[in-house]
Amino acid sequence: MIEHSTVQSFVDQFSEIKSRLPGEQLDWLTPLRDLGIARFGQLGMPTTRLETWKYTKLQPFDDTAFKPVSEIIRENQPQQSSSIFPEDADVFRLVFSNGYLDGALSNVRELPAGLTVQTLAQAMDSNPEWLQAKLCREHNGESEALVALNAAMMESGYVIHVAQGAKIEKPVEVIFMGGITSKPVAHHPRNLVVLEEGSEVTLVKNNIGFGVGPYLSNTVTDIEIADGAKLRHYKVQAETLEAVHLSTINVEIGADSLYEYFGLSIGGRLSRTEISAHLNGSGGHCSINGSYLMRGSEHCDYTTVIEHHVPDTTCSEVFKGVLDDDSRGVFQGKIIVHKDAQRTDGRQLSKALLLSNKAEMDAKPELEIYADDVKCAHGATTGQLDETSLFYLRSRGIPEAQARNLLIQSFLGEALEQVSDEKIRSLLMDRIFDWLPAQCYRADEWTSE
Amino acid sequence: MLEIKNLHASIGGKEILRGINLTVNAGEIHAIMGPNGSGKSTLSYIIAGRDGYDVTEGEILLDGKDLTALAPEDRAAEGVFLGFQYPVEIPGVPNTTFLKEALNSIRRHNGEDELDAMQFVKMVRQKTKELGISDDMLKRAVNVGFSGGEKKRNEILQMAVLNPRLAILDETDSGLDIDALKIVAEGVNKLRSPDRATLVITHYQRLLDHIVPDHVHVLAHGKIRRSGGKELAMELEAKGYAEFDEAAA
Repeated sequence: MIEHSTVQSFVDQFSEIKSRLPGEQLDWLTPLRDLGIARFGQLGMPTTRLETWKYTKLQPFDDTAFKPVSEIIRENQPQQSSSIFPEDADVFRLVFSNGYLDGALSNVRELPAGLTVQTLAQAMDSNPEWLQAKLCREHNGESEALVALNAAMMESGYVIHVAQGAKIEKPVEVIFMGGITSKPVAHHPRNLVVLEEGSEVTLVKNNIGFGVGPYLSNTVTDIEIADGAKLRHYKVQAETLEAVHLSTINVEIGADSLYEYFGLSIGGRLSRTEISAHLNGSGGHCSINGSYLMRGSEHCDYTTVIEHHVPDTTCSEVFKGVLDDDSRGVFQGKIIVHKDAQRTDGRQLSKALLLSNKAEMDAKPELEIYADDVKCAHGATTGQLDETSLFYLRSRGIPEAQARNLLIQSFLGEALEQVSDEKIRSLLMDRIFDWLPAQCYRADEWTSE
Repeated sequence: MLEIKNLHASIGGKEILRGINLTVNAGEIHAIMGPNGSGKSTLSYIIAGRDGYDVTEGEILLDGKDLTALAPEDRAAEGVFLGFQYPVEIPGVPNTTFLKEALNSIRRHNGEDELDAMQFVKMVRQKTKELGISDDMLKRAVNVGFSGGEKKRNEILQMAVLNPRLAILDETDSGLDIDALKIVAEGVNKLRSPDRATLVITHYQRLLDHIVPDHVHVLAHGKIRRSGGKELAMELEAKGYAEFDEAAA
């Protein structure tokens, strides 16, 4: 019973470390943690018997006893922060190393008025009542077990608050460095992003792995975007070949507000990002997009559920994946239009490019519509590089490897175009460029001319 | 310059070319005409090295070097250029990136220094000026949203930049109205060079009013059935390809 032992291992760990977890002084937190571990014990790890976990199997990792990190690990730790920004870029930055804040690499000094950037532990100290209301919110759905485990074990994470009307120009970057040790470690960050009315911020989250050992991150992020607020949320996932990356994101979107997400996954033995977005106010828009580039036996799963609860809301989704070798991609995208959500406009597109005969893609687009005046479109395709296009480029003298690279860049373009911040789009292109197997000119090299 | 000797080729076991012999000297333009399905496009693809065709016999020599075993990119580096009947659209890849990658790949292959961004832009702008092509076309993604005429002009621009020894123009007239055809033909004529051999593949004579060939060949059922001067094209226009029916062949 492998499955049992994993669950038990986490339950045992919890009793061992609970006294060392932050917020022990908070009378509401201990029951929350206890409830979390009890619920996790009941549910166990998600299995492929669950509908939304059908294509992503966690079991192969069950025999690894991921241990919680009890202190900051400096083994193999890189000196630089692995930012996606150039060294001299002017950004606010929080850096976590296996879940622990690395103050030396962070920069959250001189924050502008209206912006608060803290770790979870700092927020527990400075604003416990406010935090209680946010953390005690229920998470349902088939990944409830992961959220419950996170609730029990959450040791750190970031808390970002943007006050009413504050428009923050500089991006906030949060870097999670994983691995760094050969021991199998786990961390369970809990993140919270709250934008008050009319505020704006750009958040860049960068998960990057080091070292050779397996590690697990089980992240839960709660996002609240009040009326008229705008959040641009970009994520780079560049974990190691031994990493298990699980991320559950819940977003509440108010009236006339915007949630823009782009996830770029370029590494990780097994990764799953599950986004659940709720459009709760008229005029709200969410744009959830991503690209995943996988090779070896990597597995990448994007599962999204967008719910339109009220009239006049819109959503769009563009996901593009490139799968080489034995890698596997999963896209499950559900758009739910509730009964009152008239005049919803929803668009969803998933395309995957298989570079190898052994790569596999599972795409499951779903529309659930209960209103009658609705525009919704979805499409999913999986294919190979177009042979005629490849010949066209090669017939101009471009070697096959470079020709393939150009076509891959071309393929991904449609997803990257969704990133409204041009500078960040270009930085994401840098990472894609690093992934590509051969050198070639960047497709976007000349566009700024 | 180009010598095709007894070229036999098949697709999936079906013989398409049944012993082509053709010599095109530097400075000459040869037209290959023929009915649909005669193997004209196959011949152009096989010279350029497209996958999926088996050359079962014969040779394709460019300046004495056999191309048949080379990859398409290596043939391009040796000086082969194929202007496509249906140029491919490549969203997100600007024309300049494409042209620079192509030109520098060929230069690398031939042991020449790559052009840097400045040198390249200067060179390309000179070519667009000579051909009367708007620089706007350089910034746009390769062939995306181009009209039929623009796509063909883009082929001519690529040819001007890559400066091939052998240019093959496959059904360049297809999909063009007469004005676009004139513009494209004018581009081809501007690129006429004593150092270049050109092969124009076409079903119709009308293109040859504008690109005047030195020799005309009729390809039917995988073989060259007749060769002659430009008057042969006129004759075909009047009489059609009936005499080259399987029975006649």
